[in-house]
Amino acid sequence: MEMSLWMKIAWALALGAMLVFLLPRARHMLKNSPKAGAGDWQAVLIPLVLVILFVLLLIMAV
Amino acid sequence: MQANYQTLPQTGELAQVRNKVLKNTYALLAMTLLFSALTAGVSIVMNPPQFTGLVTSILALLLLWFVLPRTANSAMGLAVVFGVTGLLGFGLGPLLNAYLNTANGSQIIMTALGGTGIIFLALSAYALMTKRDFSFMGGMLMVGMIVVVIAAIANIFMAMPALSLTISAIVILLMSGFILYDTGRIVNGGETNYILATVSLYLSIYNIFVSLLQLLGIFGGDD
Repeated sequence: MEMSLWMKIAWALALGAMLVFLLPRARHMLKNSPKAGAGDWQAVLIPLVLVILFVLLLIMAV
Repeated sequence: MQANYQTLPQTGELAQVRNKVLKNTYALLAMTLLFSALTAGVSIVMNPPQFTGLVTSILALLLLWFVLPRTANSAMGLAVVFGVTGLLGFGLGPLLNAYLNTANGSQIIMTALGGTGIIFLALSAYALMTKRDFSFMGGMLMVGMIVVVIAAIANIFMAMPALSLTISAIVILLMSGFILYDTGRIVNGGETNYILATVSLYLSIYNIFVSLLQLLGIFGGDD
């Protein structure tokens, strides 16, 4: 679907406004998020790798 | 011993609160997803112009940013959640119609829908069973979101299919991370407001569906 120029500008403005809201929240979360413990990243990476494999399976099935 | 008597009921009460938040969140999530599907169906039949998605997204964002934080602790918050999810569902109409006009469009939509459901159920079950606290991911997920939004703004004007593909793939991974993060927060008592929890999970599901639709459309579509 090709977008008209004004729609492109409107989408860019909407996403730009989203950035204004996300930036302070991200800064706050970066400062206040607890540090990962032993095995924490592994516990996240395993399901995410499974999601990637599942999406690849869906792509091959279509 | 006295400390134990005091601690046990408190722990029990906390568990009760968490179970209640979890139950209410999934009940509201199911209702909002059904409502969203209904408004998407209405939108498909009405076949509104292409800019509908833009208008409904902006209205939904305004509700999310300015109205929901003020109403999340009242019954009015429920109406706002249905407003947001209804608008986002309605905004999907033109996109879904574009897919339905292709040869295998309905198959792509159903695959994206089923795939989204499986990803959400599997990740939720994983977070619920492991009861892990995924809050350490919060900062990284937000930074990822910011990078994706900047890339999306650039791609509006550059219109590079490879970048579009990359953004969709990263969004699926980020939203999968958010499902773990949000479910972990509910399970561990970090989120006690089921309205806010529902909105977070709904947005993850919505974004996974749209991104999966785009990925499947690029690889399996005829357009």
